[in-house]
Amino acid sequence: MELKFIIEAILFSAQKPLTPAELRDVLVKAAAEEAADATVKALKKIKEADLIVTLETLAQEHEAAARSYRLVCVADAWQFVTQPEFSPWLKTLVGVKARPPRLSPAALETLAIVAYRQPMTRADIEQIRGVSVDGTMQTLLERGLVEQSGRAEVIGRPALYRTTSGFLEYLGLKGLEDLPAADELRRIPIEKPDAPLTADPGLATVAPEELKLEEKPVDSAPTEEANQ
Amino acid sequence: MSEYKVQFEVFEGPLDLLLYLIKKEEVDIYSVNLTKLATQFIEYIEIMREFDLEIAGEFLVMASTLMYIKSRELLPVDQQTQIEEEDEGEDPRWELIRQLVEYKKFKDAAAKLQELEARQAEVYPRLPITPVFEREPMLLKSEVTIFHLLNAVNTVLKRFEQRDNPREIYEDKWSVSEKIEQIINLMVLRPLVRFSELFTDATSRGEVVCTFLALLELIRLKQLLCVQPEDFGEIEIKKREPSVAAESEVVPAIGEKATSAPTESGSDSAPATS
Repeated sequence: MELKFIIEAILFSAQKPLTPAELRDVLVKAAAEEAADATVKALKKIKEADLIVTLETLAQEHEAAARSYRLVCVADAWQFVTQPEFSPWLKTLVGVKARPPRLSPAALETLAIVAYRQPMTRADIEQIRGVSVDGTMQTLLERGLVEQSGRAEVIGRPALYRTTSGFLEYLGLKGLEDLPAADELRRIPIEKPDAPLTADPGLATVAPEELKLEEKPVDSAPTEEANQ
Repeated sequence: MSEYKVQFEVFEGPLDLLLYLIKKEEVDIYSVNLTKLATQFIEYIEIMREFDLEIAGEFLVMASTLMYIKSRELLPVDQQTQIEEEDEGEDPRWELIRQLVEYKKFKDAAAKLQELEARQAEVYPRLPITPVFEREPMLLKSEVTIFHLLNAVNTVLKRFEQRDNPREIYEDKWSVSEKIEQIINLMVLRPLVRFSELFTDATSRGEVVCTFLALLELIRLKQLLCVQPEDFGEIEIKKREPSVAAESEVVPAIGEKATSAPTESGSDSAPATS
């Protein structure tokens, strides 16, 4: 009996997604209980790393077979799920899935920032979004997609936030490295200012009518820029 | 004009509005004309004001930044102040563009997350119910044997042994058939009765024995079922669900037989049940 089929059988009957560690526990326990069976006993000392390799092989095989379901890893736990295109029938079968309403664009932006740059303070998030995030953070916290993860060692010790495993489950991600374009967005990118500033060709010659149009705001502007 | 108003409600903040303006110009963020952008941005703010929309503070801060950038650039190149850059930190133009680029990245990332969100909503996990194996042996284990019942009734009887020292002989008030009726009535009211509850009102050893015989009789007739949910726990009495319908015919007949049984003989008569 091949290990991958044993794992397949376990996952097929499992009540919940199983992590490699939980799978290993099952194999070890079975070995202890069914000491007589050589195959079962042989898996007593199976390593998690081997299980992960096997799980990935199994997932690839299912993918290649192009069945209506596949084996996925969400938040480090493996399970069988149906392919999205079959949802019309499953919706009818299962009834409406208990899933909270979709996130607003603001919430998604905030979530994306936390997801790629965690851990982050509220102020840092606001810096990127250019608006206050109090309301959206509240939503994300309430929905268990984001959680507090200690405090930043800066003045005022503001709270740091990170995404939860519920976040991975919500989006069906294996882990944070599974986020789209993860390597590009995760690294704190300090883009080098290219020496020639990007502004505008022939700026000093801008039409005088524009000048007139904006006269009022121009007066007040310079005093307020200091904090930028 | 009214189209602007609709779009305003969609902008997530000043950066979002700027990105929209840049997109409309069809230029790269890095090569955008900030002076022109500033003009357009302020036009929008003016429109917001015309429509009496509440203008968030962030929009005003952005407007002032843009005006500052614009005002600097309106000066001829040779008069522009380059000196302060060291003390002031970054060039405000660069600062703004950097912010826009970064915001744009996350806005795009948010769109990707939205795709994932939508996709995941269509995915159904396999959630099997617990596989049920035949668990009959387990059920039998909790069912009570005659020995459990004898032990239980003996502990009840001990109560009377201690009390009954000055012996008195009195008429037996209870018959087994009466007790059968009593138990049946009780079981109609309640689905589950604990063993000890049957004896709480008992006043004498005789009455306990009577009740116990009645219980045994009912078990024999497959009217009742005794179970012990935990080891050494209290015995519980339930109605046996798939029982024969002939209840009313059988009970009186048994009652007669049981009344004739010697009630004082106590647990000796228990093995009479099969």
